[in-house]
Amino acid sequence: MKTLELRGVGKSFGPVVALSGVDFSAAAGDVTALVGDNGAGKSTLVKCIGGIHRIDAGEILVDGTAQQLHEPRDAARLGIEIVHQDLALADNLDVVGNMFLGRERVGRLHTLDENTMEQLAAQTLASLGVRTVRSVRQRVASLSGGQRQTVAIAKSVLWSSKIVILDEPTAALGVAQTEQVLDLVRRLADRGVAVVLVSHNMNDVMQVADSIAVLFLGRMATQVRRKDVSQTQVVELITSGRSGELGLPAESRGASQ
Amino acid sequence: MNVQAEPVVADQKPQHERVPAPLIAYLRDYLARLRGGELGSAPAIVGLVVITAFFAIVHQGFLSAYNLEALVIQAAPIIVMAMGLVFVLLLGEIDLSAGTTGGLCSAIMAVLLLRHGQPWWIGVLAGLAVGLVIGFVMGWLRARAGIPSFVITLATFLAFQGLTLILIGGQGSVILPTGSPLISLENSFVPIWLGWTLLGIFVLGYAAIKLVDARGRRQSGLPATPVVVIVAKVVAVALLGSAFTYEMGINRNLITNAFFSNKAQGEPWAVVLLVLLFVVWHFTLSRTRYGRHVYAVGGNEEAARRAGVVVSRIRISVFVICSGMAAISGVVAASLLQSVQSNAGAGNTLLLAVGAAVIGGTSLFGGRGRMIDAVLGGLVVAVIINGMSDLIQGSNSSGYEWVVTGAVLLLAAGFDAVVRRGRSS
Repeated sequence: MKTLELRGVGKSFGPVVALSGVDFSAAAGDVTALVGDNGAGKSTLVKCIGGIHRIDAGEILVDGTAQQLHEPRDAARLGIEIVHQDLALADNLDVVGNMFLGRERVGRLHTLDENTMEQLAAQTLASLGVRTVRSVRQRVASLSGGQRQTVAIAKSVLWSSKIVILDEPTAALGVAQTEQVLDLVRRLADRGVAVVLVSHNMNDVMQVADSIAVLFLGRMATQVRRKDVSQTQVVELITSGRSGELGLPAESRGASQ
Repeated sequence: MNVQAEPVVADQKPQHERVPAPLIAYLRDYLARLRGGELGSAPAIVGLVVITAFFAIVHQGFLSAYNLEALVIQAAPIIVMAMGLVFVLLLGEIDLSAGTTGGLCSAIMAVLLLRHGQPWWIGVLAGLAVGLVIGFVMGWLRARAGIPSFVITLATFLAFQGLTLILIGGQGSVILPTGSPLISLENSFVPIWLGWTLLGIFVLGYAAIKLVDARGRRQSGLPATPVVVIVAKVVAVALLGSAFTYEMGINRNLITNAFFSNKAQGEPWAVVLLVLLFVVWHFTLSRTRYGRHVYAVGGNEEAARRAGVVVSRIRISVFVICSGMAAISGVVAASLLQSVQSNAGAGNTLLLAVGAAVIGGTSLFGGRGRMIDAVLGGLVVAVIINGMSDLIQGSNSSGYEWVVTGAVLLLAAGFDAVVRRGRSS
């Protein structure tokens, strides 16, 4: 049974069909890459899973049960966490404050239990093998892009999310930092989390993904195991929707054909 | 930013064996924060000391008990209003109407007292209630209707000024009844023994909280503030408090003699009110979930929303707090003047309070600010106004005062901008 499964999901904005008949699945312990060109519908799909958009057709199953996602809180309740590129952290709070934001621990007199939160935050980062964050009392404003991604990802671990969706986690990062974040993505999956990696970067995808899903003009071209395809095939799938036997049937390719 | 690539600076062993290692770590941490642009209260404290020293040198008697009292009661309404504004500023909003809200609330209070014969506490409660309702409505308009706070509060700034004018009517001012506790707030004094007792309670409480915090952190295996630092801070607070309480104990009534034993000694009651308000709001901002959420919404609204914080509720609440504090500030100002004028809270009232918060270190762009900013900034503003009024004499003196006050505010805000730029690069 897949942790997350989408069957025939469709979503339109007025006359614009953003998604139609999309099947997609992500298994626990796997990194599932979601790739596609600009406008292929990646963001829309992620927002549907995150409860930001309501789907028009099809169903979303979590652990085999169909779920209604009306708002982000519904997704959070089901253990779905979306780590956005820029929107995830409050610059003026420290690492601990961000990791516990919205779920602060309170102690006696209803005051914040900073000590417990600080311990848990430090433990979580340590358990992920993160050594780049010097102090969990640092403000997030003083962190680099890679460190911020690390904190955002660690937050999902802290809340034991079942499904973690990473939206372009390496888009703004340098080589070394990208490597660190990809390491973290792998470790996250190894803990039994279903990780969905939305990315433009073929190197990242080929390096870390177990399964690759390719969106083409709002339709799922194919979802294959990484070891069954080459990078060239994936690129071809992204650009034209098909590659040899893989992908959409020739007659039903995008509207422009 | 390439700091993250560097390993932790762990190989630097403490050089001086006599100094305990935690102290070095603490100081190094503090320096790192300073260099990172997190200056905290340092600029405001330095500014306050420099400006005070300047006036004390050029103007003898600036630090006399008489003038100190004048300074404190002058600062009180500014500080109270600034405390409320810190909440609004933390969200990157502005309340231009805080001044006239305070004026309107004090006018309602005065009218209830004098024209309807209500007891003083009914007047105060009514004024406060009106303030809270005003804050709620403005917050609702901002959060739910999505009107920019600048526009909403500009409208109410004008409207409340008019309402106050209508309420007070043609005579220009309503004079509060003599002997009312309302007047006592700014014009009568805490008995000296009580002043010292309250100071003792405050210092002991401060020390206890700091020590309990540090012990809790040590028990949890976390780095704690070294005891030396805590002791130094407590001693500093105790010394400052003692110096103030001692000087306020000096009789300031020049006509006291063997026959006329009416003395003016002790600190103004307004000081007690200020300390109480400070403790309550400082606690709220720094130790409660609500305070954390205020910072989060100010820092990144979207992140806060995604984390499950109900942003609109936080937004409405800060306007309620700000207008409520404005109402209290209006009462304090009425007590200072012993009357409510038809232009109460208009003019510079609001801008001085905003200036106080900004000079103290609160950012106009949201996300950064603390309660102590309002206190320190309010003192700076009061020192400048008080000092300038003694320094510059002549027909145009008030003109020069405003020019200098403006220049100082520009300096403070400019400093804020430079620090922000330095941090983001």
